Amino acid sequence: MKRWPEFLVLSAAVLFATSLFAQERNNVPPPAAAFATAPEIPYDSAGANYLKFPAGLYLGEAMGVARNSKGQILVFTRSGEAMRLFQFDPEGNFLREIGQGLYGFAMAHAVRVDSQDNIWAVDEGTDMVIKFNPEGRVVMLLGRRPEYGEGLLATPPNNALPPPAVPYRFGRPTDIAWDASGNIFVADGYTNSRVVKYDKWGKFIKSMGTKGTEPNQFNTPHSIQTDANGNVYVADRGNRRIQVLSNDLTLRAIYDNVGAPWAVCITPGPHQYLYSSNSNPDNNNSNVAAVTGEIYKMELDGTVLGKFGKAGKLAKEFTTVHAIDCRNPNEIMTAEITGWRVQKLALHPAASSK
Amino acid sequence: MMRSFQILIAAVAMFFASPLFAQLSVPEIPYDSAPNLLKLPDNLYLGEAVGVATNSKGHIYVFTRSGSTNVTTGTNRAFVRSSSRLFEFDQTGKYVREMGQGLYGFIFAHAVRVDPQDNIWVIDEGSNMVIKFDPEGRVVMTMGRKPEAIRVPAAPPPLAAPAPVLGGNPAAGGPGGAPAREGPAPSPAREGAGAPGDNFDRPTDVAWDAAGNIFVADGYNNSRVAKFDKDGKYIKSWGSRGTQPSQFHTVHTIATDAKGNVYVGDRENRRIQVFDNDGNFKSMYINVGAPWAVCITPGQHQYLYSSNSNGTADMDNGEIYRMELDGKILGKFGTAGKQMKEFGSVHEIDCRNPNEIYVGEITNWRVQKLTLHPDQAK
Repeated sequence: MKRWPEFLVLSAAVLFATSLFAQERNNVPPPAAAFATAPEIPYDSAGANYLKFPAGLYLGEAMGVARNSKGQILVFTRSGEAMRLFQFDPEGNFLREIGQGLYGFAMAHAVRVDSQDNIWAVDEGTDMVIKFNPEGRVVMLLGRRPEYGEGLLATPPNNALPPPAVPYRFGRPTDIAWDASGNIFVADGYTNSRVVKYDKWGKFIKSMGTKGTEPNQFNTPHSIQTDANGNVYVADRGNRRIQVLSNDLTLRAIYDNVGAPWAVCITPGPHQYLYSSNSNPDNNNSNVAAVTGEIYKMELDGTVLGKFGKAGKLAKEFTTVHAIDCRNPNEIMTAEITGWRVQKLALHPAASSK
Repeated sequence: MMRSFQILIAAVAMFFASPLFAQLSVPEIPYDSAPNLLKLPDNLYLGEAVGVATNSKGHIYVFTRSGSTNVTTGTNRAFVRSSSRLFEFDQTGKYVREMGQGLYGFIFAHAVRVDPQDNIWVIDEGSNMVIKFDPEGRVVMTMGRKPEAIRVPAAPPPLAAPAPVLGGNPAAGGPGGAPAREGPAPSPAREGAGAPGDNFDRPTDVAWDAAGNIFVADGYNNSRVAKFDKDGKYIKSWGSRGTQPSQFHTVHTIATDAKGNVYVGDRENRRIQVFDNDGNFKSMYINVGAPWAVCITPGQHQYLYSSNSNGTADMDNGEIYRMELDGKILGKFGTAGKQMKEFGSVHEIDCRNPNEIYVGEITNWRVQKLTLHPDQAK
């Protein structure tokens, strides 16, 4: 008789676990709130092979894309042996590689170009932000690569709390932005859940944020931008919202109607726009891809102006957009993880329709 | 009685070690930094510039931590791929060549020194080796041995250690203060044992006396100084982990004077210990912060430089002291930061020319050439 209840408990547990598993598999998020109402913006793609490589060079996962003032294109990619940073001319012809064998390259996450055409790479593997001058030489560093350790480092258990954040170290940083006076804002990151502000010489000013779902908290700050007034837009991906902060990192607004913001970009010029990509997750789950993948065009105040694109492997479709360059508001570039490619998109917002 | 005498000593020591004492009385030495010093080919980059040294022609050697500290898993062992790189530049900073490409002993660079015969010695704390190159760049002597494979599994979980590892580096000479250790925590079983003999445990630096005897600072895990004759034959060693005289807590940098005395940067203990040529304790200097890097100038009147470098996770301190060999402070210069003339954790100093020194920086990945104007100190 003792046997019987044990068997019951066991089978109940198995049933419960099975149903959880099934739920997990079908755990499809709802479409973004703005999905149904946002007008479609017509667009063209210059093709999935816009970038032209010399024989023997390949893109891996295209994590970062950014253009400089000459329209040249920087791409930060995860390659076979190491991370690689490539530069192309405006027509997509290969120009050069930057940072070969760099100590700071272990797991690419983002590249951005500042107003002086310096190139900033964010590497979540080395916990570093690396500033190259336009010639491609290293001129400043933030964070530090963990030292070589004897033996293999144990992976912390899933429920372990991350170590407390400190001013000059990052925990898998994701992105970088600057205001007009050159102050630096780092999205930090997968394990630190905060935004850090430095002056232009890399001196720590302040940081804001902890892990969580409340306002002022983050669940993977994954992408970051500033507007001309110095406000800071943080893509709080895991919480499916954009948090807008003042220049001294005080919360001003939350936009939660455009899905999970994998990548945000704010255009330059007198009338600034905000792009945000509700990218399809990088796990190739078709069920989720069916309700994600579109990019929103917004006013800075959060008004949705339109949307374009969907998940898919063809040109014009998106394979997990991870970065957006929007130096030219109607000719944007996307870097895509799972499709290992960069696309140049010509938008036709005047022809928007429902 | 003994107890109160000790307290008195401690109080006096703390007074002399206080920031006020170190800073109020120390003149500032004006200095310049040469812009854009090292000119690397387009496809070469410095990583952490942990080592810098010049030879008799003024050529500059830089030992750096480069990309790919990657572990390759074999069938039943794991191997660390090489990642230290050794570059040579001429006296104008023009790139000359790389030495030791893919070398078996290059894992995690720590220091480079050039001896009076222009041989180049590198210390690699990852492979536990000291490697001597002749001026042509060929290996002519090795000391210590790279472990055959790193141990799997090893190392405590990374979450246990970070806070002290990142630790601050309080004001110069301040008592207490978190250790400024850079590296991963050493394995407790052997930490600071001061084990004598020919092999090293995360060695940090090397020096020679006039007869060619070799002194190895050994190191993060072994806490001793080892003396070898010029042919690499072991003579003796002294020290173990601790805070007493002749004990060390991270023997991090080492230099000798013309008489053969040995100056040891005892970093976490925030003092320079001076020994005679046989390792007998002579004195210690406790008022210049944590000595990350020491250098003794050649020539008739020798000077001692010591860097109270900022920790790799802070922007505190950073100044370099210029001293007489007897410990008298003549002046100081510099502060932590990322701009030119500022320092990002100075890890090695070259002072072949007393007023034109080179510094290798960890966190700024660069080497600066500094022209000092000690005559204008105020």
